[in-house]
Amino acid sequence: MKFLPASDADREAMLRAIGVARVDDLFASIPAEVRGEPELPPPQSEIEIRRLFGELSARSANARSSAFFLGAGLYNHYVSAIADQMLYRAEWLTAYTPYQPEVSQGTLQSIFEFQTHVCLLTGLDVANASLYEGASALAEALLMAGRLCRGRRRAVLSAGIHPEYRETVRTYFANLDLEIAEVPLAADGGTDARALEAAVDERTFAVALQSPNFYGRVEDWKTASRAATARGALSIAVVAEAASLALLAPPGQAGIDIACGEAQSLGVPMQNGGPLLGFLACRTAHQRQIPGRLVGETRDAEGRRAFCLTLSTREQHIRREKATSNICTNQGLMALASNIHLSLLGRRGLREIATQSHAKAEYLKGRIATLPGYRIPYPGPTFNEFVVEAPAEAQPLLLRLARRGVLAGVPLSRYEAGSPNRFLVAVTELNTREEMDRLVAELGAAA
Amino acid sequence: MNPDDRHYTQSHEWVRIDRDIGTIGITDHAQKELGEIVYLELPEAGHVFNADEEFGTIESVKAVSELFTPISGEVVEVNSAAIAEPGIINDDPFGDGWLIRLKLSTDEEVRKLMTAEQYGEYVKSEEK
Amino acid sequence: MSAEIEEKASAAASAADRRRPEPRHEPLVFERSGRGKVGYSLPPLDVPETLAIPPELTRSDIEGETEITEVEVARHFTRLSRLNFSIDQGLYPLGSCTMKHNPRTNEEVARLPGFAAAHPLAPEELTQGTLELAWRLERILIELTGLDRVTLQPSAGAQGELAGILMIRAALAKTGDPRRIVLIPDSAHGTNPASAHFAGYEVKELKSNARGTLDLDVLQAAMTEKVAALMLTVPNTLGVFEDRITEIARIVHAKGGYLYGDGANFNSFVGLARPGRMGIDVMHMNLHKTFSTPHGGGGPGSGPVAVTRALAPFLPRPTVERRSDGTFALDHDRPESIGRLRTFLGNFGMFVRALAYIAAYGNRIGDVARGAVLNANYIRAGLAGLYHLKYDAPTLHEVVFSDKRQAQRDVHAMDIGKRLMDYGFHPPTVYFPLIVPGALMIEPTETEGKAGLDAFVEAMRAIARESEEEPDVVRTAPHTTPVRRVDEVAAARNLVLRWRPSDAAAPRGAP
Repeated sequence: MKFLPASDADREAMLRAIGVARVDDLFASIPAEVRGEPELPPPQSEIEIRRLFGELSARSANARSSAFFLGAGLYNHYVSAIADQMLYRAEWLTAYTPYQPEVSQGTLQSIFEFQTHVCLLTGLDVANASLYEGASALAEALLMAGRLCRGRRRAVLSAGIHPEYRETVRTYFANLDLEIAEVPLAADGGTDARALEAAVDERTFAVALQSPNFYGRVEDWKTASRAATARGALSIAVVAEAASLALLAPPGQAGIDIACGEAQSLGVPMQNGGPLLGFLACRTAHQRQIPGRLVGETRDAEGRRAFCLTLSTREQHIRREKATSNICTNQGLMALASNIHLSLLGRRGLREIATQSHAKAEYLKGRIATLPGYRIPYPGPTFNEFVVEAPAEAQPLLLRLARRGVLAGVPLSRYEAGSPNRFLVAVTELNTREEMDRLVAELGAAA
Repeated sequence: MNPDDRHYTQSHEWVRIDRDIGTIGITDHAQKELGEIVYLELPEAGHVFNADEEFGTIESVKAVSELFTPISGEVVEVNSAAIAEPGIINDDPFGDGWLIRLKLSTDEEVRKLMTAEQYGEYVKSEEK
Repeated sequence: MSAEIEEKASAAASAADRRRPEPRHEPLVFERSGRGKVGYSLPPLDVPETLAIPPELTRSDIEGETEITEVEVARHFTRLSRLNFSIDQGLYPLGSCTMKHNPRTNEEVARLPGFAAAHPLAPEELTQGTLELAWRLERILIELTGLDRVTLQPSAGAQGELAGILMIRAALAKTGDPRRIVLIPDSAHGTNPASAHFAGYEVKELKSNARGTLDLDVLQAAMTEKVAALMLTVPNTLGVFEDRITEIARIVHAKGGYLYGDGANFNSFVGLARPGRMGIDVMHMNLHKTFSTPHGGGGPGSGPVAVTRALAPFLPRPTVERRSDGTFALDHDRPESIGRLRTFLGNFGMFVRALAYIAAYGNRIGDVARGAVLNANYIRAGLAGLYHLKYDAPTLHEVVFSDKRQAQRDVHAMDIGKRLMDYGFHPPTVYFPLIVPGALMIEPTETEGKAGLDAFVEAMRAIARESEEEPDVVRTAPHTTPVRRVDEVAAARNLVLRWRPSDAAAPRGAP
C-alpha cells in the first residue's frame, strides 16, 4: 500500500526489537468482543479514484458549468491562480499548528499578516487568527461580549442577520441561561433603528447587526453602535459578504466594538459550503477576551523579530473548563489563502472588485425591475445582492432555469414562510453582461 | 524561606497585617509554579471583599490563576507598579511584588490562616 | 582544551560567520508595499459605472492595505513557507495529532469544479453528486464506527464534542432531566471540559489509577443519576486502551448516562475494532487526524460525530438522506434536532479528501492501525531505558515518556523538544497529558518508515547523552533553526498583534 512504508524485512526487524511475534500481538489490550472489520470495497487505485470522483463532480451543477447568481452567505468571487497554487506547497499544506515557533515562522507570520488585513478592513484594533466560519464566529462574538459585560444576560439581534447564523446562535446559547431577542426588519427590508433601540435595555450585553443584511440591504453600523452605547452594551457588526468591506464604511469607524463574520469572499473558493473562514476583530481594550488563536510579535534569543502564539492561557488546552472557547483549530490554510488574495489585490484591487460587483448588481437589478411581472420589493441601497419578486412561485421557476444552465438565485421559501415568490440574487465581478442579459431573458421567458 | 511576619493560605496567598491594613501577595512557591508572569488583573480601590472571594487573576505564559483574598475588607491600595511590570512579582513576591492592600473588616479571620511554618509543611505535602 | 586548540576553534568559527552573512528576516507583506505597484488584473467594467449607496455608508480608501506585484507575492510566500517544518520534510511525532502523510490525490479531486465551485443552495436535483458524496462518507463512517448515524456538520473535533454533548443533553432533557454533571478523566484533552462547560454542564474530574487508566471504583462512586455522561478518549491520551471498556459502559448506562467517545486516537484501531461494540453512544472523529486531510498550519479540520439510533433524532440539521427512488436530499424537517452549529453542510472540501483517502485503503483500512501501532511500539522499544516511562501499560499508537531523568540535570521536556529541531525533527507534544509531569507524547503514525523511526530514536539517544554531558547545548536549543528560542513572555507582556500603517515610518524588525 503506497502510504505504508514498511517492507517485509522492516516489519520483521521491528517486531524483533519490540519482542513480539506478530503485529496482532500488539492489540492484545483490545477485547475480542469489540473487534470487527468493516465491510468496504477493495482498495481503489488513484486512476479509479479519479474516475469515481470525476463522475460525482459531473453530477453537481457549479459556477463553472452554469451562469451563476447564488449568494445567501457564500459568494463566487475571483481567486487568483497563485493563491491556489501556493497552497500546494508542502510547507504550507502539511505543516501543523505553530505551537513550536522556531520551526513555524512561515505560518506565524502569515497569520500575523492575516490579522492585520482584517484590522485594516474592519477598522478595528485587533483580530484573531480566524474562526471556523461566519455563524459560529457570531456565536463566539456574542459569548465574548457576554464575558465583557458580566452580569448581563440579554443579546439583541437584528432579524436581518443570516437565518443560519441566528439558528447557530440559538444552538450555542441553548444551555447558557442567556436570552436572545430578535428585532424584526422594517417593511422596507432594513433594520428599524427605533425598534432596535427600544429592544436594548440595561440587561443587554450585545447588539448585533449585519450589513449588507440577508436581503442584501446596506445598513448603517451606527444604528447598532448608538443603541448599544446608550445602554452600556457592546455592539457587534456581522459581515457575511466580506468583499463589501472594501467599499462600505468600516465598522470600527462607526463606533462598533466587535466585528465578525465570514471572510470566504476574500480568497476562499466556495467548496460547497466549507471549509470557510470566520473572522473576529475588536478594540484593544477587549483583546484579552478574544476567542481562538492569536499571533503576536516578539524577539528570539538573538534579537531577531519573530512571531509566536500568544495569550494561549485563554484557550482550552490550558484553561480547560474556564476557557474563553472550546475552539482548538483555526482555519489555517484558508487564512493563508485569504492573506495571499488580500495581499495581491490590496488597496486598489479589493476596491475594484467591490465596485464592479456593485455596479453589475445595480445593472441587473435595474433590468429585472423593468421586466414585466417582476419587481424589486425592497428599494433600499444594496451592495451586490438583492431580493426579486417573481410573478409565480420561485422554487419551480429557478429549477427550470437551473436545468437550462442558469443558477439564478436562492428561493426565500427555504428560510421563511409567506414569500414563496421571492428569491435572492447575488452578483460579483465574475458575472458578465452577457450572462446577466441572458438571465433577464430567461426570467422573462419563464414568467 | 517564607517570612514569619505574615500568614498564608492553601491557595498560596500571603497577608501581612499592620494595624488595620492587610497587604496581600502571592508566595515564592506560587510565582515559581506560574513561571514568568505576564499579566495581572486587580480590583479598583473601594471594592469590598469577603474572605475567600476572588479578587483578581494572575497570568503567566502557561497558566492563569485566580487570586483569593485571605481576609475581608475594603481595597485601599493597588500595586500599579506590578500591573505595569508583572515581572516584579517573580523577582520579589514578598516585597515589591505585593498586590493589594485592604482595610480589615475584622481581626478574627487571621487566626484561621497558616503560619509560615505550617505553610512550609503544606507546600511539602502538596509536592508529594 | 589547550590554548592553541581554543584559538584555532575560535578562528574557524569567525571565518564561518564571515562566510555566512546574517540571514535577513522576511519583511511583512505590508513592508513590501509601495504606491503604484499592482498585483492583479481585472477585466474592464462592462456595465455603467455607478455607486448607488449613500456616501456616508461608504469608504473612500483602505488605508494601509498593500500595493505589491505578483512577483513579490510569489517571493514572499515562498520564502515564508521555507521557514516552516512540514510532514513532507520529516517526522512530526506529535502525540494525539496523527501527523500522517497527506495524499496528493486528495488535493486534486477536491479541486474538481463540481466540488470546489459548488454551492449547496443550488437546486437538489442538480447537486446529486455532492449530496451523494456526503451520503457515502456517512455510510462509511457508520461502517467503521459500528454506530447508526453520522453528522458531518461540525467544523472540527472540538465542535464535534459540543455537538455530541448537546445531543446527549437533548436526549436526557426529553426524559425530563438533562442532569448536571459530566465526568472526565484527568488525562483528557482540554477541549473535553471546555465543551462540556459550553453545553451547560459542571465538570467532575476523575483521577486516573496507577496504570494511567480509569479506576472503575472511582467511576462507580462518581456515577450517579446526576451524571449525564462520561467523556472518554479511547485509547486514552497515554495510548493505553481501556480494556474494561464494556464494563465502563455498563456502569454508565446502568445509571441512565451516556458514554461519549473522544475519537482523536481512532488511528490506533480504525478498521480493527468498532466503538459501537464498546458501548459508546456517541463519538466524534477528526478527519484531519485519522483520515489524512491536511493540517494546513492549523486548520481547517472536520469533526463528524457518530451516534446510536437513540440519539439520531437529535442530530444537527440538515441530514443527508437517500430516498426510495435512489436520489439524495437534505432533510431539514427534524423537530428534535439540536439545531445548527454552523452554516451549510460542514467542511465539504474535507469530506472529499477523506473519502478519497478511505477509498484508497478500502477494506484494508485496518492496515493503518496496524502500521501505526507497530511504529509507536518500535519507538517505545528504542527509547526504553533512555527516557522515563511513568506508566508501563501496553500502548497502542502513541507513547508518553517524561523528562524525569533529564530533569535531574535541569534539562526539561521543552528543551528536549527544541534540541530535536536541530536534528531535523518537529518536537513531540510536550507537557500533555497533564498526569505525566514533563510529558513527551510521541505518535509517529503509520506513514513513517523504519529509517525515519531509527533516525528519530538516534536523535533522542543523542539528546539523552547531551543532557548528561553538555546539558547547556540542550537548554539553549535550537541552534540551527531560522529563529532561535522565541521569547513568549515578552510577546505576552507587550502585545503586538498586528502591523499598523504608522509602523512604516518607524519599522520594527531585525537590523
